[in-house]
Amino acid sequence: MNIHAIRAIYKFEMARTFRTIAQSIISPVLSTSLYFVVFGSAIGSRMTDIDGISYGAFLVPGLIMLSILTESISNASFGIYFPRFIGTIYEVLSAPVSPLEIVISYVGAAASKSLMIGSIILVTASLFVPLQIMHPFMMLLFMVLTCITFSMFGFIIGIWADSFEKLQIIPLLIITPLTFLGGSFYSIRMLPEAWQTVTLFNPVVYLVSGFRWSFYEIADVNVGVSLGMTGLFLLICTVILYWIFKTGYRLKK
Amino acid sequence: MSPIIEIKGLNKVYDNGFQALKDINLEIREGEIIALLGPNGAGKTTLISIICGIVNASSGTITIDGHDIVRDYRAARSLIGLVPQELATDAFESVNATISLSRGIFGKKPDQTHIDKVMKDLSLLDKKHSKIITLSGGMKRRVMIGKALSHEPRILFLDEPTAGVDVELRKDMWNVVRELRKSGVTIILTTHYIDEAEEMADRIGVINKGQIMLVEEKTVLMQKLGEKRLLLLLLEPLASLPPELSQWNLRLQDNGSTLVYTYDAQSESSDITHLLDAIDNAGIRYRDLETKQNSLEEIFVNLVKK
Repeated sequence: MNIHAIRAIYKFEMARTFRTIAQSIISPVLSTSLYFVVFGSAIGSRMTDIDGISYGAFLVPGLIMLSILTESISNASFGIYFPRFIGTIYEVLSAPVSPLEIVISYVGAAASKSLMIGSIILVTASLFVPLQIMHPFMMLLFMVLTCITFSMFGFIIGIWADSFEKLQIIPLLIITPLTFLGGSFYSIRMLPEAWQTVTLFNPVVYLVSGFRWSFYEIADVNVGVSLGMTGLFLLICTVILYWIFKTGYRLKK
Repeated sequence: MSPIIEIKGLNKVYDNGFQALKDINLEIREGEIIALLGPNGAGKTTLISIICGIVNASSGTITIDGHDIVRDYRAARSLIGLVPQELATDAFESVNATISLSRGIFGKKPDQTHIDKVMKDLSLLDKKHSKIITLSGGMKRRVMIGKALSHEPRILFLDEPTAGVDVELRKDMWNVVRELRKSGVTIILTTHYIDEAEEMADRIGVINKGQIMLVEEKTVLMQKLGEKRLLLLLLEPLASLPPELSQWNLRLQDNGSTLVYTYDAQSESSDITHLLDAIDNAGIRYRDLETKQNSLEEIFVNLVKK
Protein backbone atom coordinates (compact mmCIF):
# COMPACT_ATOMS: atom_id res chain seq x y z
CA MET A 1 0.00 0.00 0.00
CA ASN A 2 1.25 3.47 -0.94
CA ILE A 3 1.13 4.92 2.58
CA HIS A 4 3.11 8.01 1.57
CA ALA A 5 0.48 8.87 -1.05
CA ILE A 6 -2.41 8.43 1.38
CA ARG A 7 -0.62 10.57 3.92
CA ALA A 8 0.28 13.26 1.39
CA ILE A 9 -3.24 13.61 -0.05
CA TYR A 10 -4.85 13.45 3.40
CA LYS A 11 -2.48 16.08 4.77
CA PHE A 12 -3.00 18.29 1.72
CA GLU A 13 -6.79 18.09 2.02
CA MET A 14 -6.73 18.75 5.77
CA ALA A 15 -4.42 21.72 5.26
CA ARG A 16 -7.07 23.20 2.93
CA THR A 17 -9.62 22.77 5.72
CA PHE A 18 -7.50 24.62 8.25
CA ARG A 19 -6.52 27.31 5.76
CA THR A 20 -10.21 28.08 5.23
CA ILE A 21 -11.19 27.51 8.84
CA ALA A 22 -13.91 30.18 8.89
CA GLN A 23 -15.73 28.57 6.01
CA SER A 24 -14.85 24.95 6.81
CA ILE A 25 -15.40 24.73 10.53
CA ILE A 26 -16.60 27.94 12.17
CA SER A 27 -19.47 28.51 9.73
CA PRO A 28 -21.20 25.09 10.09
CA VAL A 29 -20.66 25.11 13.85
CA LEU A 30 -22.12 28.62 14.15
CA SER A 31 -25.17 27.89 12.00
CA THR A 32 -25.93 24.71 13.95
CA SER A 33 -25.47 26.54 17.25
CA LEU A 34 -28.07 29.03 16.07
CA TYR A 35 -30.52 26.13 15.77
CA PHE A 36 -29.86 25.29 19.42
CA VAL A 37 -30.36 28.89 20.48
CA VAL A 38 -33.57 29.32 18.47
CA PHE A 39 -35.19 25.89 18.68
CA GLY A 40 -33.53 24.61 21.81
CA SER A 41 -33.50 27.54 24.23
CA ALA A 42 -35.97 30.08 22.81
CA ILE A 43 -38.79 28.07 21.20
CA GLY A 44 -37.86 24.73 22.78
CA SER A 45 -38.78 25.90 26.26
CA ARG A 46 -42.39 26.25 25.07
CA MET A 47 -42.47 22.81 23.40
CA THR A 48 -43.57 19.68 25.18
CA ASP A 49 -41.05 16.94 25.91
CA ILE A 50 -40.75 14.08 23.42
CA ASP A 51 -40.53 10.62 25.05
CA GLY A 52 -39.52 12.37 28.26
CA ILE A 53 -36.68 14.30 26.59
CA SER A 54 -36.72 18.10 26.41
CA TYR A 55 -37.11 19.38 22.86
CA GLY A 56 -33.72 21.11 22.94
CA ALA A 57 -31.97 17.88 23.92
CA PHE A 58 -34.09 15.88 21.45
CA LEU A 59 -32.83 18.09 18.62
CA VAL A 60 -29.12 17.53 19.28
CA PRO A 61 -28.61 14.14 17.54
CA GLY A 62 -30.69 15.22 14.54
CA LEU A 63 -28.83 18.48 14.14
CA ILE A 64 -25.44 16.80 14.45
CA MET A 65 -26.56 14.27 11.84
CA LEU A 66 -27.81 17.08 9.58
CA SER A 67 -24.44 18.78 9.87
CA ILE A 68 -22.25 15.77 9.28
CA LEU A 69 -24.36 14.60 6.35
CA THR A 70 -24.17 17.89 4.52
CA GLU A 71 -20.54 18.55 5.46
CA SER A 72 -19.39 15.07 4.43
CA ILE A 73 -21.04 15.37 1.04
CA SER A 74 -19.88 18.90 0.48
CA ASN A 75 -16.26 18.28 1.55
CA ALA A 76 -15.78 15.05 -0.34
CA SER A 77 -17.53 16.21 -3.51
CA PHE A 78 -15.52 19.43 -3.63
CA GLY A 79 -12.31 17.57 -2.69
CA ILE A 80 -12.38 15.46 -5.86
CA TYR A 81 -14.34 17.79 -8.16
CA PHE A 82 -11.94 20.71 -7.77
CA PRO A 83 -8.85 18.77 -9.02
CA ARG A 84 -10.99 17.57 -11.93
CA PHE A 85 -12.15 21.10 -12.65
CA ILE A 86 -8.69 22.70 -12.58
CA GLY A 87 -6.99 19.71 -14.18
CA THR A 88 -4.65 18.67 -11.36
CA ILE A 89 -6.35 15.26 -11.26
CA TYR A 90 -3.82 14.19 -13.91
CA GLU A 91 -1.28 13.76 -11.17
CA VAL A 92 -3.31 11.32 -9.08
CA LEU A 93 -4.28 9.37 -12.20
CA SER A 94 -0.68 9.06 -13.35
CA ALA A 95 0.69 8.18 -9.91
CA PRO A 96 1.35 4.70 -8.51
CA VAL A 97 -1.79 4.94 -6.40
CA SER A 98 -4.58 2.36 -6.31
CA PRO A 99 -8.27 3.33 -6.40
CA LEU A 100 -8.57 2.16 -2.79
CA GLU A 101 -5.75 4.48 -1.73
CA ILE A 102 -7.35 7.39 -3.58
CA VAL A 103 -10.67 6.76 -1.83
CA ILE A 104 -9.05 6.30 1.58
CA SER A 105 -7.19 9.59 1.33
CA TYR A 106 -9.92 11.82 -0.10
CA VAL A 107 -12.83 10.21 1.78
CA GLY A 108 -10.71 9.93 4.93
CA ALA A 109 -9.96 13.65 4.88
CA ALA A 110 -13.59 14.61 4.25
CA ALA A 111 -14.83 12.23 6.94
CA SER A 112 -12.25 13.52 9.44
CA LYS A 113 -13.40 17.05 8.87
CA SER A 114 -17.07 16.12 9.33
CA LEU A 115 -16.22 14.16 12.46
CA MET A 116 -14.41 17.18 13.79
CA ILE A 117 -17.38 19.43 13.05
CA GLY A 118 -19.81 16.91 14.58
CA SER A 119 -17.71 16.72 17.74
CA ILE A 120 -17.46 20.50 18.06
CA ILE A 121 -21.23 20.81 17.62
CA LEU A 122 -21.76 18.14 20.27
CA VAL A 123 -19.61 20.05 22.75
CA THR A 124 -21.29 23.34 21.79
CA ALA A 125 -24.74 21.77 22.22
CA SER A 126 -23.88 20.71 25.75
CA LEU A 127 -23.52 24.43 26.59
CA PHE A 128 -27.14 25.11 25.61
CA VAL A 129 -29.08 21.97 26.48
CA PRO A 130 -28.76 19.16 29.06
CA LEU A 131 -27.19 16.20 27.27
CA GLN A 132 -26.73 12.57 28.14
CA ILE A 133 -25.07 9.88 26.06
CA MET A 134 -26.29 6.44 27.10
CA HIS A 135 -24.21 4.48 24.57
CA PRO A 136 -21.06 6.47 23.76
CA PHE A 137 -19.50 3.68 21.70
CA MET A 138 -22.62 3.31 19.53
CA MET A 139 -22.82 7.08 19.20
CA LEU A 140 -19.25 7.18 17.94
CA LEU A 141 -19.89 4.22 15.63
CA PHE A 142 -22.95 5.87 14.06
CA MET A 143 -21.09 9.12 13.70
CA VAL A 144 -17.99 7.57 12.11
CA LEU A 145 -20.03 5.32 9.80
CA THR A 146 -22.19 8.24 8.67
CA CYS A 147 -19.15 10.45 8.06
CA ILE A 148 -17.47 7.74 5.98
CA THR A 149 -20.59 6.69 4.08
CA PHE A 150 -21.67 10.18 3.15
CA SER A 151 -18.14 11.24 2.33
CA MET A 152 -18.08 8.31 -0.11
CA PHE A 153 -21.42 9.48 -1.46
CA GLY A 154 -20.02 13.01 -1.82
CA PHE A 155 -16.94 11.59 -3.58
CA ILE A 156 -19.26 9.88 -6.07
CA ILE A 157 -21.13 13.15 -6.66
CA GLY A 158 -17.79 14.93 -7.16
CA ILE A 159 -16.87 12.44 -9.87
CA TRP A 160 -20.31 12.49 -11.49
CA ALA A 161 -20.67 16.28 -11.54
CA ASP A 162 -19.40 18.13 -14.58
CA SER A 163 -20.36 21.58 -13.36
CA PHE A 164 -20.55 23.45 -10.07
CA GLU A 165 -24.34 23.46 -10.43
CA LYS A 166 -24.46 19.67 -10.54
CA LEU A 167 -22.14 19.56 -7.56
CA GLN A 168 -24.76 21.41 -5.54
CA ILE A 169 -27.90 19.93 -7.00
CA ILE A 170 -28.02 16.62 -5.11
CA PRO A 171 -27.10 18.06 -1.69
CA LEU A 172 -29.59 20.91 -2.07
CA LEU A 173 -32.49 19.21 -3.81
CA ILE A 174 -32.27 15.72 -2.33
CA ILE A 175 -30.16 15.51 0.81
CA THR A 176 -31.42 18.64 2.59
CA PRO A 177 -35.13 17.74 2.16
CA LEU A 178 -34.44 14.13 3.15
CA THR A 179 -32.64 15.32 6.28
CA PHE A 180 -35.30 17.82 7.27
CA LEU A 181 -38.01 15.21 6.68
CA GLY A 182 -35.98 12.40 8.22
CA GLY A 183 -36.85 13.06 11.84
CA SER A 184 -34.09 15.52 12.66
CA PHE A 185 -36.56 17.94 14.25
CA TYR A 186 -39.34 15.56 15.29
CA SER A 187 -40.10 11.95 16.00
CA ILE A 188 -41.68 10.31 12.96
CA ARG A 189 -44.23 8.81 15.33
CA MET A 190 -45.68 12.32 15.54
CA LEU A 191 -46.72 12.01 11.86
CA PRO A 192 -49.99 10.50 10.58
CA GLU A 193 -49.64 6.74 10.06
CA ALA A 194 -49.56 6.91 6.27
CA TRP A 195 -46.73 9.45 6.34
CA GLN A 196 -44.85 7.31 8.85
CA THR A 197 -44.80 4.52 6.25
CA VAL A 198 -43.69 6.92 3.50
CA THR A 199 -40.97 8.29 5.76
CA LEU A 200 -39.50 4.82 6.21
CA PHE A 201 -38.32 5.03 2.58
CA ASN A 202 -36.11 7.92 3.63
CA PRO A 203 -32.67 6.49 4.51
CA VAL A 204 -31.87 9.45 6.73
CA VAL A 205 -34.58 8.32 9.17
CA TYR A 206 -32.46 5.28 10.08
CA LEU A 207 -29.34 7.34 10.65
CA VAL A 208 -31.06 9.93 12.85
CA SER A 209 -33.04 7.31 14.74
CA GLY A 210 -30.03 5.12 15.49
CA PHE A 211 -27.93 8.10 16.46
CA ARG A 212 -30.64 9.46 18.75
CA TRP A 213 -30.98 6.02 20.35
CA SER A 214 -27.28 6.10 21.32
CA PHE A 215 -28.03 9.31 23.27
CA TYR A 216 -31.40 8.66 24.92
CA GLU A 217 -32.36 5.07 24.11
CA ILE A 218 -35.38 6.34 22.17
CA ALA A 219 -35.72 5.42 18.52
CA ASP A 220 -38.23 5.57 15.66
CA VAL A 221 -36.91 2.29 14.25
CA ASN A 222 -35.00 -0.59 15.78
CA VAL A 223 -31.35 0.30 16.33
CA GLY A 224 -30.21 -2.91 14.60
CA VAL A 225 -32.18 -1.92 11.51
CA SER A 226 -30.61 1.55 11.68
CA LEU A 227 -27.14 0.06 11.81
CA GLY A 228 -28.00 -2.37 9.01
CA MET A 229 -29.29 0.42 6.77
CA THR A 230 -26.17 2.49 7.39
CA GLY A 231 -24.06 -0.54 6.48
CA LEU A 232 -26.17 -1.12 3.37
CA PHE A 233 -25.68 2.43 2.19
CA LEU A 234 -21.94 2.08 2.81
CA LEU A 235 -21.97 -1.09 0.71
CA ILE A 236 -23.87 0.58 -2.12
CA CYS A 237 -21.38 3.46 -2.18
CA THR A 238 -18.47 0.99 -2.18
CA VAL A 239 -19.92 -0.90 -5.15
CA ILE A 240 -20.49 2.34 -7.10
CA LEU A 241 -16.93 3.49 -6.39
CA TYR A 242 -15.57 0.08 -7.46
CA TRP A 243 -17.45 0.46 -10.75
CA ILE A 244 -16.21 4.04 -11.22
CA PHE A 245 -12.57 3.05 -10.90
CA LYS A 246 -13.03 -0.15 -12.88
CA THR A 247 -14.52 1.72 -15.84
CA GLY A 248 -12.69 5.01 -15.37
CA TYR A 249 -16.10 6.76 -15.46
CA ARG A 250 -15.59 10.54 -15.75
CA LEU A 251 -11.96 10.07 -14.74
CA LYS A 252 -10.32 8.46 -17.76
CA LYS A 253 -11.18 8.83 -21.43
CA MET B 1 20.14 -3.01 -24.25
CA SER B 2 16.39 -3.41 -23.82
CA PRO B 3 14.36 -0.22 -24.26
CA ILE B 4 13.06 1.56 -21.17
CA ILE B 5 9.67 2.09 -22.87
CA GLU B 6 8.28 -0.38 -25.37
CA ILE B 7 5.02 0.33 -27.17
CA LYS B 8 3.49 -2.40 -29.32
CA GLY B 9 0.43 -2.19 -31.54
CA LEU B 10 -1.10 0.70 -29.65
CA ASN B 11 -4.50 1.95 -30.81
CA LYS B 12 -6.85 4.48 -29.32
CA VAL B 13 -10.40 5.04 -30.48
CA TYR B 14 -12.40 7.55 -28.43
CA ASP B 15 -16.07 6.99 -27.60
CA ASN B 16 -17.10 9.33 -30.42
CA GLY B 17 -15.37 7.01 -32.89
CA PHE B 18 -12.34 9.23 -33.50
CA GLN B 19 -9.20 7.15 -33.89
CA ALA B 20 -6.48 9.15 -32.17
CA LEU B 21 -3.71 6.55 -32.50
CA LYS B 22 -3.20 3.89 -35.14
CA ASP B 23 -0.95 0.91 -34.55
CA ILE B 24 1.84 2.75 -32.76
CA ASN B 25 5.07 0.80 -32.30
CA LEU B 26 7.89 2.62 -30.59
CA GLU B 27 10.91 1.84 -28.47
CA ILE B 28 12.50 4.49 -26.30
CA ARG B 29 16.03 3.97 -25.08
CA GLU B 30 17.19 4.70 -21.59
CA GLY B 31 18.93 8.05 -21.20
CA GLU B 32 17.94 9.55 -24.53
CA ILE B 33 15.95 12.66 -25.34
CA ILE B 34 13.34 11.86 -27.92
CA ALA B 35 11.21 14.62 -29.40
CA LEU B 36 7.79 13.84 -30.77
CA LEU B 37 6.84 16.32 -33.42
CA GLY B 38 3.44 16.67 -34.94
CA PRO B 39 0.74 19.17 -35.77
CA ASN B 40 -2.20 19.86 -33.47
CA GLY B 41 -4.40 16.80 -33.04
CA ALA B 42 -1.70 14.43 -34.30
CA GLY B 43 -1.98 12.23 -31.21
CA LYS B 44 1.11 13.29 -29.25
CA THR B 45 -0.72 14.09 -26.02
CA THR B 46 -2.94 11.02 -26.31
CA LEU B 47 0.16 8.84 -26.65
CA ILE B 48 1.77 10.39 -23.56
CA SER B 49 -1.49 10.23 -21.62
CA ILE B 50 -1.85 6.51 -22.31
CA ILE B 51 1.72 5.77 -21.26
CA CYS B 52 1.17 7.70 -18.03
CA GLY B 53 -2.16 6.03 -17.25
CA ILE B 54 -4.45 9.03 -17.72
CA VAL B 55 -6.16 7.66 -20.83
CA ASN B 56 -7.06 4.02 -21.47
CA ALA B 57 -5.71 2.36 -24.61
CA SER B 58 -8.15 0.60 -26.92
CA SER B 59 -5.60 -2.09 -27.74
CA GLY B 60 -1.88 -2.74 -27.62
CA THR B 61 0.68 -3.04 -24.86
CA ILE B 62 3.14 -0.72 -23.19
CA THR B 63 5.92 -1.72 -20.85
CA ILE B 64 8.10 0.60 -18.82
CA ASP B 65 11.38 -0.91 -17.75
CA GLY B 66 9.71 -4.28 -18.31
CA HIS B 67 6.61 -3.45 -16.25
CA ASP B 68 3.25 -3.58 -18.02
CA ILE B 69 1.49 -0.25 -17.47
CA VAL B 70 -1.84 -1.94 -16.69
CA ARG B 71 -0.94 -5.14 -14.81
CA ASP B 72 2.06 -3.71 -13.00
CA TYR B 73 1.03 -0.06 -12.93
CA ARG B 74 2.63 0.76 -9.59
CA ALA B 75 6.14 -0.20 -10.65
CA ALA B 76 5.66 1.36 -14.09
CA ARG B 77 4.24 4.69 -12.91
CA SER B 78 6.72 5.14 -10.08
CA LEU B 79 9.42 5.64 -12.75
CA ILE B 80 7.57 8.41 -14.51
CA GLY B 81 7.27 12.15 -14.12
CA LEU B 82 4.81 14.05 -16.26
CA VAL B 83 4.65 17.72 -17.12
CA PRO B 84 1.35 18.14 -18.93
CA GLN B 85 0.61 20.72 -21.55
CA GLU B 86 -2.01 22.59 -19.54
CA LEU B 87 -0.93 24.76 -16.62
CA ALA B 88 -2.95 22.78 -14.08
CA THR B 89 -1.91 23.93 -10.63
CA ASP B 90 -3.36 24.15 -7.15
CA ALA B 91 -3.79 27.90 -7.39
CA PHE B 92 -4.25 28.58 -3.67
CA GLU B 93 -1.44 26.36 -2.42
CA SER B 94 2.17 27.33 -1.88
CA VAL B 95 4.89 26.16 -4.25
CA ASN B 96 6.45 24.07 -1.49
CA ALA B 97 3.16 22.40 -0.56
CA THR B 98 2.24 21.42 -4.08
CA ILE B 99 5.68 20.04 -4.92
CA SER B 100 5.77 18.11 -1.63
CA LEU B 101 2.33 16.68 -2.41
CA SER B 102 3.60 15.32 -5.72
CA ARG B 103 6.50 13.57 -4.02
CA GLY B 104 4.12 11.91 -1.57
CA ILE B 105 1.61 10.84 -4.21
CA PHE B 106 4.40 9.03 -6.04
CA GLY B 107 5.18 7.05 -2.93
CA LYS B 108 8.32 8.80 -1.77
CA LYS B 109 8.77 9.72 1.86
CA PRO B 110 9.00 13.44 2.65
CA ASP B 111 12.42 14.93 1.92
CA GLN B 112 12.56 18.70 2.24
CA THR B 113 16.23 18.75 1.22
CA HIS B 114 15.37 17.24 -2.14
CA ILE B 115 12.34 19.50 -2.59
CA ASP B 116 14.55 22.53 -1.86
CA LYS B 117 17.10 21.30 -4.41
CA VAL B 118 14.41 20.91 -7.07
CA MET B 119 13.15 24.42 -6.34
CA LYS B 120 16.69 25.79 -6.41
CA ASP B 121 17.45 24.14 -9.77
CA LEU B 122 14.31 25.69 -11.19
CA SER B 123 14.97 29.11 -9.62
CA LEU B 124 11.87 28.71 -7.50
CA LEU B 125 13.44 28.77 -4.06
CA ASP B 126 12.60 32.41 -3.37
CA LYS B 127 8.96 31.60 -4.25
CA LYS B 128 8.87 28.61 -1.90
CA HIS B 129 6.06 29.98 0.25
CA SER B 130 4.29 31.99 -2.46
CA LYS B 131 0.82 30.96 -3.51
CA ILE B 132 0.83 29.63 -7.04
CA ILE B 133 -1.91 32.03 -8.10
CA THR B 134 0.52 34.92 -7.57
CA LEU B 135 3.13 33.51 -9.97
CA SER B 136 3.63 34.38 -13.63
CA GLY B 137 2.87 31.83 -16.35
CA GLY B 138 6.54 31.01 -16.74
CA MET B 139 6.99 30.43 -13.03
CA LYS B 140 3.91 28.21 -12.96
CA ARG B 141 5.48 26.17 -15.74
CA ARG B 142 8.54 25.74 -13.55
CA VAL B 143 6.31 24.60 -10.70
CA MET B 144 4.84 21.96 -13.00
CA ILE B 145 8.32 20.73 -13.82
CA GLY B 146 9.21 20.82 -10.13
CA LYS B 147 6.23 18.63 -9.32
CA ALA B 148 7.29 16.11 -11.95
CA LEU B 149 10.86 16.06 -10.62
CA SER B 150 9.89 15.91 -6.96
CA HIS B 151 9.91 12.12 -6.86
CA GLU B 152 13.15 11.65 -8.79
CA PRO B 153 11.70 9.98 -11.91
CA ARG B 154 13.85 7.99 -14.32
CA ILE B 155 11.63 8.99 -17.22
CA LEU B 156 10.28 12.49 -17.75
CA PHE B 157 7.48 13.38 -20.14
CA LEU B 158 7.40 17.00 -21.18
CA ASP B 159 4.27 17.76 -23.14
CA GLU B 160 4.95 21.04 -24.90
CA PRO B 161 6.91 22.39 -21.94
CA THR B 162 7.82 25.72 -23.45
CA ALA B 163 4.49 26.59 -25.04
CA GLY B 164 3.79 30.24 -24.30
CA VAL B 165 6.97 30.97 -22.37
CA ASP B 166 9.46 33.65 -23.26
CA VAL B 167 12.80 33.02 -24.96
CA GLU B 168 14.84 33.37 -21.78
CA LEU B 169 12.75 30.85 -19.91
CA ARG B 170 12.85 28.44 -22.83
CA LYS B 171 16.63 28.53 -22.75
CA ASP B 172 16.56 28.02 -18.97
CA MET B 173 14.34 25.02 -19.42
CA TRP B 174 16.55 23.57 -22.10
CA ASN B 175 19.40 23.81 -19.63
CA VAL B 176 17.35 22.03 -16.99
CA VAL B 177 16.55 19.28 -19.49
CA ARG B 178 20.20 18.93 -20.44
CA GLU B 179 21.19 18.62 -16.79
CA LEU B 180 18.54 15.97 -16.26
CA ARG B 181 19.76 14.04 -19.22
CA LYS B 182 23.30 14.16 -17.84
CA SER B 183 21.98 12.55 -14.67
CA GLY B 184 20.58 9.69 -16.76
CA VAL B 185 16.91 10.68 -16.99
CA THR B 186 15.16 9.61 -20.18
CA ILE B 187 13.20 12.49 -21.65
CA ILE B 188 10.24 12.34 -23.99
CA LEU B 189 9.42 15.75 -25.32
CA THR B 190 6.52 16.83 -27.47
CA THR B 191 6.82 20.17 -29.06
CA HIS B 192 5.54 22.49 -31.73
CA TYR B 193 8.86 24.25 -31.83
CA ILE B 194 11.06 22.55 -34.37
CA ASP B 195 14.09 24.45 -33.13
CA GLU B 196 13.47 22.96 -29.69
CA ALA B 197 13.63 19.44 -31.12
CA GLU B 198 16.62 20.38 -33.23
CA GLU B 199 18.37 21.84 -30.21
CA MET B 200 17.55 19.19 -27.64
CA ALA B 201 16.73 15.80 -29.09
CA ASP B 202 18.86 12.77 -29.83
CA ARG B 203 16.06 11.19 -31.81
CA ILE B 204 13.01 12.62 -33.46
CA GLY B 205 9.67 10.97 -34.03
CA VAL B 206 7.13 12.55 -36.30
CA ILE B 207 3.48 11.82 -35.61
CA ASN B 208 0.68 12.76 -37.93
CA LYS B 209 -2.97 11.70 -37.91
CA GLY B 210 -2.32 9.20 -35.13
CA GLN B 211 0.49 7.41 -36.92
CA ILE B 212 4.22 7.50 -36.43
CA MET B 213 5.62 8.64 -39.74
CA LEU B 214 9.23 8.08 -38.78
CA VAL B 215 11.61 7.80 -35.85
CA GLU B 216 15.19 8.62 -36.58
CA GLU B 217 18.39 9.91 -35.03
CA LYS B 218 18.24 13.67 -35.41
CA THR B 219 21.56 13.98 -37.22
CA VAL B 220 20.80 11.05 -39.53
CA LEU B 221 17.36 12.44 -40.22
CA MET B 222 18.70 15.81 -41.15
CA GLN B 223 21.37 14.27 -43.34
CA LYS B 224 19.06 11.76 -44.93
CA LEU B 225 16.18 14.03 -45.64
CA GLY B 226 17.98 17.32 -45.68
CA GLU B 227 18.29 18.89 -49.07
CA LYS B 228 21.20 21.20 -49.50
CA ARG B 229 21.24 24.21 -51.75
CA LEU B 230 24.21 25.92 -53.32
CA LEU B 231 23.50 29.57 -54.14
CA LEU B 232 25.70 31.36 -56.63
CA LEU B 233 25.28 35.14 -56.64
CA LEU B 234 25.99 36.08 -60.26
CA LEU B 235 27.95 39.09 -61.44
CA GLU B 236 25.48 39.52 -64.28
CA PRO B 237 21.90 38.24 -64.30
CA LEU B 238 20.98 35.44 -66.69
CA ALA B 239 17.82 35.44 -68.78
CA SER B 240 17.81 31.64 -68.96
CA LEU B 241 19.98 28.68 -68.14
CA PRO B 242 22.55 27.75 -70.77
CA PRO B 243 21.73 24.37 -72.43
CA GLU B 244 25.09 22.85 -71.42
CA LEU B 245 24.00 23.07 -67.75
CA SER B 246 20.69 21.30 -68.30
CA GLN B 247 21.95 18.03 -66.77
CA TRP B 248 22.20 19.75 -63.37
CA ASN B 249 19.34 20.43 -61.03
CA LEU B 250 19.62 24.18 -61.41
CA ARG B 251 17.18 27.06 -61.34
CA LEU B 252 17.35 30.80 -61.44
CA GLN B 253 15.87 33.10 -58.84
CA ASP B 254 15.90 36.79 -57.92
CA ASN B 255 15.33 37.82 -61.56
CA GLY B 256 18.18 35.67 -62.76
CA SER B 257 20.78 37.08 -60.40
CA THR B 258 21.05 33.93 -58.28
CA LEU B 259 21.71 30.44 -59.56
CA VAL B 260 20.43 27.75 -57.22
CA TYR B 261 21.67 24.20 -57.26
CA THR B 262 19.68 21.74 -55.15
CA TYR B 263 21.38 18.47 -54.25
CA ASP B 264 21.39 15.59 -51.86
CA ALA B 265 23.59 16.27 -48.86
CA GLN B 266 25.07 12.78 -49.01
CA SER B 267 26.42 13.11 -52.55
CA GLU B 268 27.86 16.57 -52.22
CA SER B 269 31.54 15.70 -52.62
CA SER B 270 32.09 15.19 -56.33
CA ASP B 271 29.06 16.93 -57.84
CA ILE B 272 29.91 20.38 -56.59
CA THR B 273 33.36 20.33 -58.16
CA HIS B 274 31.98 19.19 -61.50
CA LEU B 275 29.19 21.73 -61.37
CA LEU B 276 31.52 24.63 -60.64
CA ASP B 277 33.77 23.51 -63.54
CA ALA B 278 30.72 23.36 -65.82
CA ILE B 279 29.59 26.84 -64.74
CA ASP B 280 33.09 28.18 -65.34
CA ASN B 281 33.18 26.57 -68.78
CA ALA B 282 29.81 28.15 -69.60
CA GLY B 283 31.40 31.53 -68.96
CA ILE B 284 29.23 32.38 -66.01
CA ARG B 285 30.92 34.49 -63.36
CA TYR B 286 29.78 34.83 -59.79
CA ARG B 287 30.73 37.20 -56.99
CA ASP B 288 29.85 34.98 -54.02
CA LEU B 289 28.46 31.62 -53.11
CA GLU B 290 26.80 30.07 -50.10
CA THR B 291 25.21 26.78 -49.12
CA LYS B 292 22.00 26.24 -47.19
CA GLN B 293 20.73 23.04 -45.58
CA ASN B 294 17.07 22.27 -44.99
CA SER B 295 16.05 22.90 -41.42
CA LEU B 296 14.17 20.31 -39.46
CA GLU B 297 11.11 22.48 -39.90
CA GLU B 298 11.24 22.07 -43.67
CA ILE B 299 11.73 18.34 -43.28
CA PHE B 300 8.79 18.18 -40.91
CA VAL B 301 6.50 20.25 -43.12
CA ASN B 302 7.38 18.05 -46.10
CA LEU B 303 6.58 14.91 -44.11
CA VAL B 304 3.21 15.97 -42.77
CA LYS B 305 2.19 17.40 -46.14
CA LYS B 306 2.36 13.91 -47.69
